[in-house]
Amino acid sequence: MSIVFEKPHALTDAALHYCPGCTHGIIHRLVAEAIDDLKIEGKTVGVAPVGCAVMAYNYFACDMVEAAHGRAPAVATGLKRAMPDNIIFTYQGDGDLASIGMAETVHAATRNENITVIFVNNAIYGMTGGQMAPTSLPGQVTQTSPYGRDVNVCGYPIKICELLSNLDGPEYLERVAVNNVKNVKNAKRAIKKAFENQINKKGFSLIEVISSCPTNWGMTPDQALAWIDEKMIPYYPLGVYKDKSAQKDSEVKA
Amino acid sequence: MAKVTFKTDLCKGCGLCVTVCPKKLIVLSKDKLNKKGHSPAEMTDEEKCIGCAFCATMCPDCVITVEK
Repeated sequence: MSIVFEKPHALTDAALHYCPGCTHGIIHRLVAEAIDDLKIEGKTVGVAPVGCAVMAYNYFACDMVEAAHGRAPAVATGLKRAMPDNIIFTYQGDGDLASIGMAETVHAATRNENITVIFVNNAIYGMTGGQMAPTSLPGQVTQTSPYGRDVNVCGYPIKICELLSNLDGPEYLERVAVNNVKNVKNAKRAIKKAFENQINKKGFSLIEVISSCPTNWGMTPDQALAWIDEKMIPYYPLGVYKDKSAQKDSEVKA
Repeated sequence: MAKVTFKTDLCKGCGLCVTVCPKKLIVLSKDKLNKKGHSPAEMTDEEKCIGCAFCATMCPDCVITVEK
């Protein structure tokens, strides 16, 4: 008998603190699998965010740094410039990356810093108890929008991939989801590519992962995954939003 | 036939493996509780398991190891 599936080496044995059914665990595993596949565990440094994933440093077996709220891309910029041979990734939620850390995100992208950003979008502030996030959908009921998000008062959700794709800087932007087996396998490919881009010195790669929050959405884990299909993916279409190298290749061929 | 092992004490009983199993072989235990107090997932009929590892792919807590 051979092993078909086991826990990746780049994850520690610590039990994850996430709520039952939270897909943060799947995304952690996909990042660890990419680190294992590329055999870069010894030279990888991760930057943990503030939010649900704040304790990511307990779970990844590589070196980790904890950044101030939203400042992970800035910390990663410093790490990468000081240690260009190391592989630097950040792991951030939507409150961290799309709200308080928006400036750092946009500027790291426009400078095309050679880092990998894993952006977990679950359309709500999870750790603080389910308040409305910049990525909450129009009409979505949260603790701070009990009648649903009113776009006339609160504005529209921020679509990070679309926003950053207008910049000339970033190398690779893709949005994936982890709500079924097919999407998880696709997310794995995307995350691995984001790390490969950094190894090949291509520049800023951001993977937006549509994730679930059963606890704060008030659903069972199963219903939450179905809600991603019904509500989130139509608003946040999956796909590659920018791939500068592929663009260049096709221009050369043309 | 494939061999599926569960690290029972890591399981949070979310049931994502139960819904994703194409052969419907996994259930949440009705008579056992793990260290955390959750009803852990368990295999009912290993003989029928095809070793697709869908359960392990969807498990957020790396509870499941699949051998084939």
